[in-house]
Amino acid sequence: MSKALLTTLLASTLALPAFAAEASATSPTVFLAAIFAMACFVGYYVVWSVTPALHTPLMAVTNAISSVIIVGAIVAAAASGALSGGWIAKGLGGIAVALASVNIFGGFLVTQRMLAMYKKKGD
Amino acid sequence: MEQFTSTWAPLLYLVAGILFILALRGLSSPATSRKGNRNGMIGMAIAVGTTLVLFWQSLDPVTWGILAAGVFVGGGIGAVTARKIPMTDMPQLVAAFHSLVGLAAVLVAAAALYAPASFDIGTVGSLNTASLIELALGSAIGALTFTGSIIAFAKLNGNMSGAPIMLPARHLLNIAIAGGIIAMLVVLVMSGGSATWAFWGLTVLALVLGVTLIIPIGGADMPVVVSMLNSYSGWAAAALGFTLGNFALIITGALVGSSGAILSYIMCKGMNRSFISVILGGFGGDDAAAAAGGQDDRPFKRGSAEDAAFIMKNASKVIIVPGYGMAVAQAQHALKEMCDKLKEEGVDVKYAIHPVAGRMPGHMNVLLAEAQVPYDEVFELEDINSDFRNSEVAFVIGANDVTNPSAKTDKTSPIYGMPVLDVENAGTVLFIKRSMGSGYAGIQNELFFRDNTMMLLADAKKMVEDIVKAL
Repeated sequence: MSKALLTTLLASTLALPAFAAEASATSPTVFLAAIFAMACFVGYYVVWSVTPALHTPLMAVTNAISSVIIVGAIVAAAASGALSGGWIAKGLGGIAVALASVNIFGGFLVTQRMLAMYKKKGD
Repeated sequence: MEQFTSTWAPLLYLVAGILFILALRGLSSPATSRKGNRNGMIGMAIAVGTTLVLFWQSLDPVTWGILAAGVFVGGGIGAVTARKIPMTDMPQLVAAFHSLVGLAAVLVAAAALYAPASFDIGTVGSLNTASLIELALGSAIGALTFTGSIIAFAKLNGNMSGAPIMLPARHLLNIAIAGGIIAMLVVLVMSGGSATWAFWGLTVLALVLGVTLIIPIGGADMPVVVSMLNSYSGWAAAALGFTLGNFALIITGALVGSSGAILSYIMCKGMNRSFISVILGGFGGDDAAAAAGGQDDRPFKRGSAEDAAFIMKNASKVIIVPGYGMAVAQAQHALKEMCDKLKEEGVDVKYAIHPVAGRMPGHMNVLLAEAQVPYDEVFELEDINSDFRNSEVAFVIGANDVTNPSAKTDKTSPIYGMPVLDVENAGTVLFIKRSMGSGYAGIQNELFFRDNTMMLLADAKKMVEDIVKAL
């Protein structure tokens, strides 16, 4: 990697916190909406390029990654019991962690199992 | 609170999101797919690890216990299921997984409503308006995904008849329920989150809507339903991503949402149905139930396993057309054995897959891969359809409507306009079927009575095994 490119990259990384703070100062929801909109377009092009032969693994792996909702479940489970509603959140979060774990482990492993079966002629 | 102002954490969530994109990108070819899946796992590990570090101070021993128990129980169930599940049951499994994502979304939304301070979205009874809308939407879509997927699971797994169940005035009913959900959402937002009854009200209504939307849909239309629910589970995750302000969740939600939507679109095109009619639900029953075609008394040619073996052995090119019947009979391994024998005889064997063959997108490809059929021998409809006229034999195993030529010629046929495999152009069509009954659409297949068609009436697996013996 050229030195100039590296410097630019570093500079832009350092500038990011300021940029994020500025964006959230205007409207965090709009900032998130922008990410969402871009991700929809990325999803559109990436999914169209998936070969139809792998549509079943695609569904299994999307199942697994959508279980990143576990992040929300952990936040809920980490709610302080001292706060009002804290224990309700803890309980709900705990169940949600279990449900999401089924999908994370199940989804990735079953995808791996399926993908391991796809062989080329002579493999 | 420090965890809500951190800069390194959003960056790591972004990295996780990018790894998820790469996981899907890898699926563009089987060769890169395994690496893609690993990227997905790394992304998940980063997302979970980041969250744990971010909330380190809030993690007391009790919380650690809850988390460990959840991961241990859930992860254990998931890992064992993933290992044990037969490939033919993949559609049910995917439906079951969708339902779990849906339910998890409901629970997280409820937790955010009851303990908003932990999520940095306000205080009890006075939540940010945007957050309230987001979590209400997340819960509603999640609830709908939950019950809808359970119905889809029950239909696919045979716990429930695959036949459409028609409710009276179901469109009105669904619109009324949807209206109720919106009304509750407005009440919830106006109350600033103190009206928890409105939250539960809209969640329960969405649970009901999931049932009423999916029960009128017939078993054979499940590929569209499963894809659609896939999409919904993504949108539910995305909505909560907004509540949490989490990049990984928003990116994933968008990816999964578009993935499911695109798959539904492909499935709809494969069945020549409109996307709108699918979103509204209630298709696959109207025409199909009415046209339960009677038996046809026209003469047809019936062959034995020996006849089929003889014809195929002397062919130079054979195209195999598998369908849901192959999955039901678990005939994929026997089929592979038959094709190996044919190859030894110098026959060129290929497989032709219709986009809606089976009960979910790509269902046939997975089963053939399980039987160790190399993926470069398996072709999609548009790539192989012109090849039938150069082939001596088309071997149809467990498929029916996707080969019906009336989709091309008969304007009154319910499947008119659906893309079909041109098997009739092959020299001989060998058709394995259990009986002379019609397909799910209730339409008689003209092909059965053609001169160049030979019917092999038996269980698919048994017939293929007999052919193997005769070869």
